[in-house]
Amino acid sequence: MSNKKIRVLIAKPGLDGHDRGAKVVARALRDAGMEVIYSGLRQSPEQIVQAAIQEDVDAIGLSILSGAHMHLFSRVIELLEQNKATDILIFGGGIIPDEDIPELKRMGVAQIFQPGAHTADIINFLNQHFAVPRESVRST
Amino acid sequence: MKRSSVNQKTLPSTTASTKEKTTISGRPVRLFYTPNDLPENLYQEKLSDPGEFPYTRGIHRTMYRGRLWTVRQFSGYGSAKETNRRFHFLLEQGQSGLSVAFDLPTLMGIDSDHPLAEGEVGKCGVAVDSLLDMERLFEEIDLQKVTTSMTINAPAAVLLAMYLVVAEKQKADFKQLGGTLQNDILKEYIAQKEWIYPPHPSMRLVIDTIEFCTHHLPRYNPISISGYHIREAGSTAGQELAFTLRNGIEYVEWCLKRGLDVDSFAPRLSFFFNAHNDFFEEIAKFRAARRLWAHIMRDRFNARNERSWKCRFHTQTAGCSLTAQQPLNNVIRTTIQALAGVLGGTNSLHTNAFDEALALPTERSARIALRTQQIIANESGVINTVDPLAGSYFVEALTNELEAECHKYFDRIDAMGGMVEAIEKGFPQREIQDAAYRYQKAVEEGEKVIVGVNTCQADEDEPIELLQIGEEVRERQRSELEGLRSRRDNHEVGKTLAALRETAKSSHNLMPSIIAAVRAYATLGEICSTLEEVFGRYEEPAL
Repeated sequence: MSNKKIRVLIAKPGLDGHDRGAKVVARALRDAGMEVIYSGLRQSPEQIVQAAIQEDVDAIGLSILSGAHMHLFSRVIELLEQNKATDILIFGGGIIPDEDIPELKRMGVAQIFQPGAHTADIINFLNQHFAVPRESVRST
Repeated sequence: MKRSSVNQKTLPSTTASTKEKTTISGRPVRLFYTPNDLPENLYQEKLSDPGEFPYTRGIHRTMYRGRLWTVRQFSGYGSAKETNRRFHFLLEQGQSGLSVAFDLPTLMGIDSDHPLAEGEVGKCGVAVDSLLDMERLFEEIDLQKVTTSMTINAPAAVLLAMYLVVAEKQKADFKQLGGTLQNDILKEYIAQKEWIYPPHPSMRLVIDTIEFCTHHLPRYNPISISGYHIREAGSTAGQELAFTLRNGIEYVEWCLKRGLDVDSFAPRLSFFFNAHNDFFEEIAKFRAARRLWAHIMRDRFNARNERSWKCRFHTQTAGCSLTAQQPLNNVIRTTIQALAGVLGGTNSLHTNAFDEALALPTERSARIALRTQQIIANESGVINTVDPLAGSYFVEALTNELEAECHKYFDRIDAMGGMVEAIEKGFPQREIQDAAYRYQKAVEEGEKVIVGVNTCQADEDEPIELLQIGEEVRERQRSELEGLRSRRDNHEVGKTLAALRETAKSSHNLMPSIIAAVRAYATLGEICSTLEEVFGRYEEPAL
């Protein structure tokens, strides 16, 4: 694994103010040695994608508990495509029912962490995902 | 997603009696308690009979023998028409009062056709854009007979105005109107985070509604000072209690500054607490709440009317305790929590449905939640005697500990200059964030056990039917709004909004101007953005 830290934007789109999960995840990732930017509440997909590009993050974690996840994930992905930034990994969590997960994955969401997920699962997921490309970057 | 686990653990075996145990809030619990844990004159100084100061044992002498708690299930989804149908269903099933859940655009004071409302209309509650929706919401419901609680905060004054205009059209007598407006903006900054304006103008709106109700709606609760959301955001039981009651103190201080007599409004202040899993700690919390509030009102504010001393509260079982895994287990969790609420002497109760970690409840899950309360009320026998746990060494010791913890927080917040100042410094927000993180760590390290999550996992969950809310609600609300804007007298709307803007700039009570705008069918979004022009918008400080 390279010394470069994984940079993650934890973002809270939509209108709800339930930021308990987002903040716990942000802190856990930080404790695991990642660089974490927390967007604050009620960010539009445009603001999120702009922040992700400006901050040059490796991944965006979206926290959504309002039921608007189908709309918000697809909008963020669409904007990443428009900005040619599809190398940024998208994952998410919140009140997201099983039935919606296949469709979200088809859109390009790498992983969904449902209620009860451990922060360790999220840390492992990111570490594993970024381990291989980082090794190869270092060796070239 | 497959929820499986390699090790199918069972419940941990009984651990050695010497191992340290804590409540869900991290409070140390000893193996057993004795009379030495309690002060000698406990009964005279801290308890008294039910219905007697400081009301530790209950605010009424007869409690549930005299009158059962109000069975008040929170509901709302989709359009006003759909929610009206659910209301009629719940009333037919024996529910005694209504409680409206509004969708997020309504909670944020924007209309369904606002760009930010996309994907959110009708999802978490019912969409209300104007008086038109409010009329449909209460169709064939007699507002003089059924009391309604409205969970609305930043735009609470506008929803209250809509409710009053519907009552006016029903020719109801305002003096007879009962019900509750949540209207607790301080806990929004602290926990739930659905604010519009900065704290000072928001507090003015709250005090305007309290003042208006004090003069015109003597049976209506203009505020429900809420710990529920503070707990859901991850606080401990002690923090929930301390921040809620300190918010109560803040509202009282602002009302006094307005020139209101304490006994004119204090009897109508109501509270709202969470009932979490830790059974005895929760019961102790409810008992401590009553004792603390009685002393605050009598000793800190010199209230003379006994009704001002009584902490009346609604309880909701803990949404954050529900698991997405093995969702039927949530029926049991909710039962334990509801029982804590009842043994703690709640005046009103909402029991969550088992599917709420996944979606809004279906009719079936909503019915089971309602039946849970009815079984406790009719079959368990717990309602026959008042405060049955009084005198328990453990419960009394916990009650005293929670009381002492609150006093420490009150002192710290008083020293900061009050709750508005503490919020601006981010103090309660940080305390809660730290507690939430500690709890998550404890769960992940297996120190705190959640059945179905970190023990007793199943390989595959039985599928359950979930309530689906489509995007068509937004389309319908949009075309309704379009129709309304072309039908109504737009000159009148403009006039009332201009008058509202002027009132906002003055120090006059805003309620009459808001009611006038509502009557003219100005939309929620139009009214809230008019106020925003004068008040500005709140930005949360980085924490």
